[in-house]
Amino acid sequence: MSDLNREVLYNGNDGNGTAISRQYATFHVGGLFFAIEVLRVQEVLRYIEMTHVPLAPDVIKGLINLRGQIVTAIDMRRRLGMPKRCDEQTPMNMVVRSDDGAVSLLVDEIGDVLDLPHDTYELVPDNLPAEQRAMIKGIYKLDGRLLLVLDADRALET
Amino acid sequence: MDDEEIIKEFLIESAEGLTRLDGEIVELEKRPNDPKLLGSIFRAVHSIKGACGFLGFSNLERVTHVAENLLSQLRNGERSLSTALTSLILETTDAIKMELASIESTMHESGETHDDLRQRLELVCNETNAVRKTPEAVAKLQEADGKPTAALAGEPVSVEMIQVAVIPPAMPEPIENIVASPPATQEASIHADKAASDKGASIADSTIRVDVDQLDKVMNLVGELVLARNQILQFTTRQDDAALNATAQRLNLITTQLQEGVMKTRMQPIGVIWNKLPRVVRDLATACGKQIELDMDGAETELDKSIIESIKDPLTHIVRNCCDHGIELPADRLRNGKVAHGRLSLRAYHEGGKVNIEIGDDGHGIDVARVKRKALEKGLLRQEQVDQLSEREAANLVFLPGFSTAEKVTNISGRGVGMDVVKTNIEKIGGIVDLVSQAGRGTTIKIKIPLTLAIIPGLVIASGGERFIIPQASLLELVRLEGEAVDKQIERIHDTPVYRRRGVLLPVAYLNKVLKLPEDGGENEVLNIVVLQAEDRQFGLVVDAIHDTQEIVVKPLGKQLKGLPSFAGATIMGDGGVALILDVMGIGRLSGVLSELRDHARLENAKSENAHQNTQTVLLFRAGMHERLAVPLSLVARLEEFPHERIEHGCGELVVQYRDQILQLIPLSSILENQVPTLSAFADPVQVIVFAEEDRMVGLIVDQIVDIHSESIRIARKSDRAGIVGSAVVDGKVTDFLDLPAILRKSGAGWGNESLRHESAVLVVDSASFSRGVIRNYLELAGHNVLEAAGQEDALEKLGSNAIEAVVISNNLPAHGAQQLVEHVRHLPELCGLEVVVVCDTRQEIAAMPASSREVYLEKFDRAGLIESLEHLSRAPEEEKVYEIVKDLVGSAK
Repeated sequence: MSDLNREVLYNGNDGNGTAISRQYATFHVGGLFFAIEVLRVQEVLRYIEMTHVPLAPDVIKGLINLRGQIVTAIDMRRRLGMPKRCDEQTPMNMVVRSDDGAVSLLVDEIGDVLDLPHDTYELVPDNLPAEQRAMIKGIYKLDGRLLLVLDADRALET
Repeated sequence: MDDEEIIKEFLIESAEGLTRLDGEIVELEKRPNDPKLLGSIFRAVHSIKGACGFLGFSNLERVTHVAENLLSQLRNGERSLSTALTSLILETTDAIKMELASIESTMHESGETHDDLRQRLELVCNETNAVRKTPEAVAKLQEADGKPTAALAGEPVSVEMIQVAVIPPAMPEPIENIVASPPATQEASIHADKAASDKGASIADSTIRVDVDQLDKVMNLVGELVLARNQILQFTTRQDDAALNATAQRLNLITTQLQEGVMKTRMQPIGVIWNKLPRVVRDLATACGKQIELDMDGAETELDKSIIESIKDPLTHIVRNCCDHGIELPADRLRNGKVAHGRLSLRAYHEGGKVNIEIGDDGHGIDVARVKRKALEKGLLRQEQVDQLSEREAANLVFLPGFSTAEKVTNISGRGVGMDVVKTNIEKIGGIVDLVSQAGRGTTIKIKIPLTLAIIPGLVIASGGERFIIPQASLLELVRLEGEAVDKQIERIHDTPVYRRRGVLLPVAYLNKVLKLPEDGGENEVLNIVVLQAEDRQFGLVVDAIHDTQEIVVKPLGKQLKGLPSFAGATIMGDGGVALILDVMGIGRLSGVLSELRDHARLENAKSENAHQNTQTVLLFRAGMHERLAVPLSLVARLEEFPHERIEHGCGELVVQYRDQILQLIPLSSILENQVPTLSAFADPVQVIVFAEEDRMVGLIVDQIVDIHSESIRIARKSDRAGIVGSAVVDGKVTDFLDLPAILRKSGAGWGNESLRHESAVLVVDSASFSRGVIRNYLELAGHNVLEAAGQEDALEKLGSNAIEAVVISNNLPAHGAQQLVEHVRHLPELCGLEVVVVCDTRQEIAAMPASSREVYLEKFDRAGLIESLEHLSRAPEEEKVYEIVKDLVGSAK
């Protein structure tokens, strides 16, 4: 379907076709709650065995074989400057589209797809650590917690 | 169909016509009356004009209209071609190109009216009383010749296209021509030419235009198919089902053929690039005032399209360089006895799985002295490094970044960013560039590129618990060292391990170290070395295990990983896992084994390519007051380090327990300086050079091991000092050569003495005292008594008065002294029963020696061979056999 139609389907509209809300895929990393535009997400997988890449930046956990495609896996904990996952936790793969092909983000847990209204969207607060702030586009105030909207392109840069 | 699509189609067709046009016009200059060329050129311009009229590009139409008139005159023989006219026509094609570019990006003409050009064209047209064709006749020609411009394909197409088979419409003899056509389509083109009016139709039938993206998709799918096939093969080898296996084999066969077929579709002849070059060369020649002829050979050689894209610019740049800097002005050439016109030759051919492209000129070659000066001036190299360069390496300096010796930077070949960018671009696609130049005669640049990039055979290896792939193309050899060999054959200098591979020193890197992988800490029972080639240099890579070779599909790494120099890509293995493909050049650089020109120079020497000089490999070290000492490396068994606590005293001497033996340690400096040896004078741990002969060993304590060096010993001077044979220049510095047997005797090592099992002696005859001393060392260490003679008479005298069992004669005694001595000895009755062993400088010399059943020929520095041949003597000392050995050690006594 054309991009136009997709937009309409995934973004809630008022009667006149103007977008009033947006759908996000959400996930948890290191106790924080993140969202990424659902259009950017290709698929979500359980943990797959990875091939380690020697001499690669720390952020790159390894390479996975995704139906014949070689996909780079980025450890979001490292990317966001958080402490390492403890051993029992196996991360999940959130495979994200980029111009260079698919890239997988390793997250602690996958959350639901949420439809969030524009009027709860706010700019990034200053009291976030710099590393994280660089990758966050904005936040949503949900009841009891904050949802941080991830800038997918920035997150994929290493 | 909308306008945009029609315009796109027009652009594609015109582009094709224009690429041929340049080449044809330049060709026309050589053959001005060739009717086929004229016809083809006319038709190309005519088609463009027609389409312009149809599409409303009026400026372009006006220009092409006048040009067409001019061409028509030429075709009818009403006007003849001159250089100025050719330039004018070429200017017109440039204007056409410019307009087409503008149309491509904006869908409109550029707005320039080209009035000036048009007027000049008209001027020429009207110059004589040329009778112009009537519009009728023009129309007739149009019908008969022109490809119907209104027939446009109905599909929307992207502007970037390739034609699956290239057919030049007007050239029935493609061989000499710039544009090549694959053999299968030559027939088609010949027929096409005959049936001029049917031309349009038959071409359209035998070729088809395919979108490059579409082809790429097909290639990818084939790649996936190859992977799936690999997986199926893995499974079926474990099954016993015969029918399954048979089907899997069929699948295998079909996949391979499919792979080859698809790769072929992407192949284009290199002529695609070459057909632009005649124009480039012509323009350059005219601009510089030179005369240059261009020869092209092998234009039909096919390359993958992506490779063609990558080498287009480098090739053009090299050609420009040759024209601008290589070939001299006609006046200079005549002065040097050459013909006035320079020759630029291009050659392309397949060889050994690679495409070779050679670009040569017969200009004045690279001024090596000037290049060296420039390198020094720009601080790219130090003086010592420059001095050590061979001719070829010096010429290759032009590939260094930031290099340009052009006194005047012209806008033709740029400002010194050229050649190194060329090299980088070619290396990026896995190729290599080399330059060979002869002063005054010319320069040739050779490029080698692999044929395909996507699916390659690779060797699977394991290291540090992970799997990697090494491209077969870089693989030379696999070496397996077991047990003792592991220690003996890997030598270390400072921290650089080297492996002696058939006499050549090969630097060795450990993959686990390079990639910072966990190392298998235990004692190595087995060492696997993969000998790799990067560019024209070789090195060894130690890996944990070697598995098998497989065909793998190269998949590029994501942009996050592209910058890693150690990996060239990744692939999916039969079991679904991902394996990284090593970038051999990158690994070599990372590990430090490939970093310097100088290392290369050293290895070159070790290969003894300069066959006329004698090269010795020596170990350099320091002991006491002697800053630089040397000993032939062939005598050295090992280099060791012992901590003070391991060293004990036995029989009043320093000893250490070493490999199930008690090794005596001789402190060298103490011996040389006549001092009492004390352990405390040496650093902890002590550095020891271990000498061994069969099962006897002795260790020499030195202060520091400096280096290993291979060099021809040029200047040598005998020494009177005890313990030193003489001095020679090694690596630019004066070095003392150790007299090992003397040292051993002096220290009472008891090694030299007890093994003296001969009563008679070996006579060494050589006019150079230094080399006599070195051979004496070899022989004494092996337990022989040695006498020396400086020349023929001396030798004969000694032969008469001493009990001598063998004679070692240097081949370079003056005035054929060696041969005469041989003759002489043979004729003497008391020295009859000769067995002659001849040791020569090079294999060529050995080959040149007269064949004889009584003579054995050995190579120089074949210490082992020499000792072995003399072994005969020791077994039967009572027999008066005289063995004659002719040996050439130092080529200095002529």
